[in-house]
Amino acid sequence: MTETTQPQSRRTQRSADSQLKRNWAKLRRNKAAFFGGILILIYLITALLAPVIFPGNPSAPNLMRSLERPSMRHPLGTDELGRSILGRVIYGSRVSLLIAIGVVFVGLLVGVPLGLVSGYYGGKVDFGIQRVTDTLLAFPGFLLALALVAVLGVGLKNTIISVGISMVPIYIRLVRGCTLSVREQTYVEAAKAVGTRDRVILLRHILPNVMTPITIQTSLGMGMAILFAAGLGFLGIGVQPPTPEWGAMLGSGRAYLFNSPHVATFPGIAIFLAVLGFNLAGDGLRDVLDPRFRL
Amino acid sequence: MLQYVIKRLLSTIPVLLGISLLLFFMLRMLPGDPAQVLAGQMASVEDIKLIRHQLGLDRPIIVQYGLFLSRLVRFDLGRSARTQNPVIREVWARLPNTVLLAVAAITLACLFGIPAGIIAAVRPYTWIDYLFTSMALFGISMPVFWLGLMLVVIFSVVLQWLPAGGTGSWKHMILPSFTLAAFVVAFITRMTRASMIEALSQDYTTTARSKGLKERVVIVKHALKNALIPIVTVVGLQFGLLLGGAVLTETVFAWPGIGRLIVDSILARDYPVIQGTILIFGLLYILVNLFVDMIYAFIDPRIRYD
Repeated sequence: MTETTQPQSRRTQRSADSQLKRNWAKLRRNKAAFFGGILILIYLITALLAPVIFPGNPSAPNLMRSLERPSMRHPLGTDELGRSILGRVIYGSRVSLLIAIGVVFVGLLVGVPLGLVSGYYGGKVDFGIQRVTDTLLAFPGFLLALALVAVLGVGLKNTIISVGISMVPIYIRLVRGCTLSVREQTYVEAAKAVGTRDRVILLRHILPNVMTPITIQTSLGMGMAILFAAGLGFLGIGVQPPTPEWGAMLGSGRAYLFNSPHVATFPGIAIFLAVLGFNLAGDGLRDVLDPRFRL
Repeated sequence: MLQYVIKRLLSTIPVLLGISLLLFFMLRMLPGDPAQVLAGQMASVEDIKLIRHQLGLDRPIIVQYGLFLSRLVRFDLGRSARTQNPVIREVWARLPNTVLLAVAAITLACLFGIPAGIIAAVRPYTWIDYLFTSMALFGISMPVFWLGLMLVVIFSVVLQWLPAGGTGSWKHMILPSFTLAAFVVAFITRMTRASMIEALSQDYTTTARSKGLKERVVIVKHALKNALIPIVTVVGLQFGLLLGGAVLTETVFAWPGIGRLIVDSILARDYPVIQGTILIFGLLYILVNLFVDMIYAFIDPRIRYD
């Protein structure tokens, strides 16, 4: 018995490895995904090494140097309080990365289990979860985040929770849809037939098979999280000053648009490049892992 | 058709009830006493007691929800904490501005997005396809409020062609509607391209071509007609995105719509107005989706009989 299963499992492992290699090769050939990957890498390095790249406090004001245009001393100029915009853009990457990871974590933590349970059990459980999802989807994502901020209040933590909850219905719908098709597969039926517990079926058999759309959505969700959080910051109801947050920087730069447009220009470029990176990577992953959904 | 419309209308009831629950619990989720929040920090104990009684907060929760629902169906959402005007009047006065902006933006987005998607699909993997798909991706990744500010810098500050904000003439509409359109045009282009590529590879398109029909006829009458459902869906869905974008665009251009009203209300912690604007946004979104479903039934008669 052991002699026959071992080569079989080795063959399965080899096939999974070669599939992974093929996908990796495809991903590397995909120019858009490659470019997206590079943008994400630059973004991650900037966020992680911010104190090395820009030593000093990015929030320390220097009113003698307020609203200076880009120069050798301050390559991106200074803001209304004389703070280096380059320094604040660099440190802003840390804040936006923290938000993006936090938001996706909230979305995954709540959305994936609910989607799995809803799709697997069906019936009343599914009905209940789907009606709640319908209600949340009745509001455009950004508005839902806005409504939640109105209740929870401003700040970094509440921005993460609000934007995270606004992503939950997307994950629920996505995972539920995939679970519905996976639960009909023979291997799930076989697992049920041998008396495997539901929890084990959900975690060992269904979850790994719905990981592809979750991975794609996670990449696209990171971009969306950065945009939503920056939007809240811009409106003055997200992360609060003096924390260097890209959206809030843009919001304060609005007042100086006529004489010092550089204050609002550079944080916007940073948001755009970070979101573009995640969108390109998400699109690339979709092309490689799930070509049926190519747009 | 009437049966389909009624069925579709009935299906919105659970969502409407869900929205009412969300709005009901919104005030109750606030830290502290909702009556205190509504009355403000300077209110006396008697004032708070009166508000608590007026709102029915001294009664069982199920009775409170019943009272809330009965007020909601009469569109009675109380008075603004800032202006003391009825909330519905505040919202109603600004609603036409938001709808006007949204309709202008979606029209512009369709006028550009659908032809761009068709051209990209007809010439897939050529420079023009790459140009349009790259533009679409850029549009999706660009923060709408930043684009708005950059347009102000170019067209209002440098060139001085257009006003930087406010209302009054058709010129005031150009920058906000272009900004909002750029936000959704990307999705429309991508979806049109994808569904056109699929339609162009179907047997009926090959048959149409083999009959010797002109390419223009094949594209418009055979492929586009069949590709319309996903395009209409995405246009409908984008309307929601557009409402979210309107909040930001209206703030950038000082456009007096409900998007700006909700931001001002959040900043002033004017909860009755926040509730009112969220309700209107939710209703608008449901109505648009309902309208999109009606259009499906016209585009594809099979849907009516399902």
